[in-house]
Amino acid sequence: MTTGIAVRLEGVRAGYGDRVALEAVDLTIPVGSLLAVIGPNGAGKSTLLKVIAGLLPARSGTVEVLGDMPGRHAHQVAYVPQAETVDWAFPVTVGEVVTMGRYPTIGIARRPGPIDRAAVADALDTVGMTASRDRQIGELSGGQRRRVFLARALASDPDLYLLDEPVTGVDSTTQEDLMAVLVGQAGAGKTVVATTHDLASAAHHFRDAALVNRRIVASGPAKDIVLDQRLLAETYGGHVLVLPDLTGLVLDDAHHHDQAAAHEPHYHDDARP
Amino acid sequence: MIDLLLDPLAYGFMQRGLVAALVVGVVCAVMGAFVVLKGLAFIGDAVSHAAFPGLVIAYLVGIPLYIGATIAAVATALAIGVVARRGNLRFDTAVGVIFAGTFALGILLFSTIKGYVADLFSYLLGNVLSITAADLVQVVILGSIVFVTVLVLRKELLYATFDPAGAAASGLPVARLEFLLLALLGVTIVVSIQAVGIILVVAMLVTPAASAQLLVVRFGQLISVAVAIAVVSTVLGLYVSFYLSVASGAAIVLIETVIFVAALVLSPRSGVLAARRARATV
Repeated sequence: MTTGIAVRLEGVRAGYGDRVALEAVDLTIPVGSLLAVIGPNGAGKSTLLKVIAGLLPARSGTVEVLGDMPGRHAHQVAYVPQAETVDWAFPVTVGEVVTMGRYPTIGIARRPGPIDRAAVADALDTVGMTASRDRQIGELSGGQRRRVFLARALASDPDLYLLDEPVTGVDSTTQEDLMAVLVGQAGAGKTVVATTHDLASAAHHFRDAALVNRRIVASGPAKDIVLDQRLLAETYGGHVLVLPDLTGLVLDDAHHHDQAAAHEPHYHDDARP
Repeated sequence: MIDLLLDPLAYGFMQRGLVAALVVGVVCAVMGAFVVLKGLAFIGDAVSHAAFPGLVIAYLVGIPLYIGATIAAVATALAIGVVARRGNLRFDTAVGVIFAGTFALGILLFSTIKGYVADLFSYLLGNVLSITAADLVQVVILGSIVFVTVLVLRKELLYATFDPAGAAASGLPVARLEFLLLALLGVTIVVSIQAVGIILVVAMLVTPAASAQLLVVRFGQLISVAVAIAVVSTVLGLYVSFYLSVASGAAIVLIETVIFVAALVLSPRSGVLAARRARATV
């Protein structure tokens, strides 16, 4: 493993079918980073996470994750999908979802042991969801749902977190709580990569940022680039208004995720079709 | 009263039928949990119809019918899986085409056979009470293979069904698990065809799990409640069939349907009664 580098992308091109979502992406993410991936609708933020997670093969270029090809160290990677791709009517409880984080290490035909149960209890406690352990996930609020999925990631004790919109559409308490957990993980030497479209939150909470619009427009310390008018205009194509108090306001972001792949399920509310 | 239950069991056909129906009911209920959660009901219907040409071809070339049916069903299930992964055609469209095309092939070949073929007709409508001892052995062996495989891979299948992307990223072989599930679906359908026939198989798969989903919120409970519903329905259905001399497959499926309607009314979350209570308290 290349010392100190968690993820390295070089000249990466990726997409679905005829659509190219990412092109000529160069990005190096050091171990211990707390990186916000920022960009407009359809900019390829989710695609970038999927390429790193090994869910979508790059068409060309080099992808190195934890010193190897993506997917090689899958047990050390935790990927949390966007809330819209989850079927919340699914008959599973909070505890069952968090325990799933342990499944790959438990192995086939074996039941969770004491170590697994302790990891699940710790994770639930860290995100403040211990009391909701036996509730069905559909009964939870949006913020609680994000807490549960972060707990699942924590329970798997990964070296690399890949989180798709982990704090989108949640109340500010949840946002503060979850970001505190992620800051703690980065401080403990884990690498955290999260997409977000909340510029103010990115500038405030994240240490590093990458502006994405099919390619990497800029990357570096979050404070320097997230509210840089020129870079934002380049990333968002002019659809951004930066207010005098330095709160970025994105105007074209009504629906905040990349176009889903054709076979990917997509849920917009709690109703089962 | 007890004689009413025991008398029929004096007959060998009733004993064999009961064992076969129970195996089919339980295996279908377990697989049905995944069918309902993954939305595979239409695929199940397509695969059962696709088994028909397999049966007819096996009959024409003179090999055991269930081998022909298994090959056709599993091959169709996997072909649908490939189409789904490609994703360049609307999925239900592709399934619809495969569904009708394979069944047409079966009917075409069937029409070339001179005279009445009782064997093949029994597969269309199913009759678990006419099952032979040799067929019963096949049902038990194939059913056990499906049951044990799902039991062993229960956690992994659950994760891959609930969150395929999260499961794949953490190292589970999600694509292989999906194809395995489809192959198991093919085998389950072949096992069930003898009991309830090609046309009603989908009900055995979907109805118990769909009823259970209305009643419980945990995955483990979903499977056990679905199995319980299937066991009650198959036993009750066979007795109804015995005493009223009606088709056994239809009797089982109708009882499952009645239980589904009851679950719909009584469901604590989405039921008619729950909705009325909610209105009354407003």
